[in-house]
Amino acid sequence: MIEEGLKSELQKQGVYVTTLEDLYNWGRANSVWPLTFGLACCAIEMMAASMARFDLARFGAEVFRPSPRQADLMIVAGTVTKKMAPLVVRIYNQMPEPKYVIAMGACAISGGPFKQGYNVLKGMDRYLPVDVMIPGCPPRPEALIHAIMTLQEKIKNQKLTGPDRPRHLNADIPGDFPVPVYGPHDLEPSKNPGVWHPPLIKR
Amino acid sequence: METLEQIKSRLEAAVPAAKIELLPNECPAGDRSLLVDAANGFAVAKFLRDDTQLRLDYCSNVTGIDWPDKEATEKIKGKQVVDGVEKEVEEVKKTLRPGYLEVVYHLYSMELKHGPVVLRLRTENRADKTHLPSLTPLWRGAEFQEREVYDLYGVVFDGHPDLRRILMWDEFVGFPMRRDYVAPDDFEYEPTPHDDVLAQAKKHYPAEPKAEVQS
Repeated sequence: MIEEGLKSELQKQGVYVTTLEDLYNWGRANSVWPLTFGLACCAIEMMAASMARFDLARFGAEVFRPSPRQADLMIVAGTVTKKMAPLVVRIYNQMPEPKYVIAMGACAISGGPFKQGYNVLKGMDRYLPVDVMIPGCPPRPEALIHAIMTLQEKIKNQKLTGPDRPRHLNADIPGDFPVPVYGPHDLEPSKNPGVWHPPLIKR
Repeated sequence: METLEQIKSRLEAAVPAAKIELLPNECPAGDRSLLVDAANGFAVAKFLRDDTQLRLDYCSNVTGIDWPDKEATEKIKGKQVVDGVEKEVEEVKKTLRPGYLEVVYHLYSMELKHGPVVLRLRTENRADKTHLPSLTPLWRGAEFQEREVYDLYGVVFDGHPDLRRILMWDEFVGFPMRRDYVAPDDFEYEPTPHDDVLAQAKKHYPAEPKAEVQS
């Protein structure tokens, strides 16, 4: 492993050195392929972000794939109803590793204005490991672009070896997420305790 | 278009068995509506659609309303002789009005360009006698909306071609838009609770409150 100081010193002398990890992450971060997957009005902003005015292509994330098997980023754009949630988890399971999730908008991160309702999931992070959450109702395309840049930072800083290595390089961590089933009033289970660790609020 | 009184009198001539009532509406729009008994609802609707002066060929909206049991208190002033002295006594009379489910149809005429005529049907109660005639055979556009009323309120439409749940999943039990429906409690994590959510979230707070927020 080369030191950061030596690396920049060498670069000043015109010698570019890097690590395999950096090279690999640099390539991954700049070609994130999102899934063409919209659930509600946030999807309109997602479309706007990918069009010419905002041009998501500048960040290498313009290749929206209509098949989960070719995508590596799921943008949960919109309200996740309890009827839809098992299908979202199922689609996520069909994506190949490494895969990432952006929860876009108030509904996807917490249930949003429908929180007091009976039929909207109170946050996609109850079932899926969400990497970046975007607040807003709906978030502007700039916010989505910022989320993709944040995700790129995250990908670039992932260590490929060691105990902190990501899920897809650690055979001990299961990559399959249990799909909830429809119950008489709610989904069963109503959350995945392996994924959802809300901070404990004490008042 | 004719007034509702005229429609009512012609309906009573055409469908003699029907019990039709004009319901007032206290809102600014003041749209009154025709309340028809369930047994003759279909015949009345068919008349409204086919009559040459009405031709209400377009059913724009189907809505459900849940009216739970309601206790009405009525004060009756009476005179009573107590100990030889006549006194005015107020008596409070309580009557229990049993609940029912109501379905509202908004009918327009595309051909004659008039409307709406508001048609209401009521079930006998909210528990077991929740059957109403389906008007889908008359207005095909009512199919999904009647399914929605069935799904969320539990009105069973007799004669509907495909009465299934439309919004909730098939395994769902109960009717979520009824007033007495209790939604599942998943308010474990509420960073900024308020109003009803606060009341729900308090049930999940630990017994020993501490000032810090753990992450």
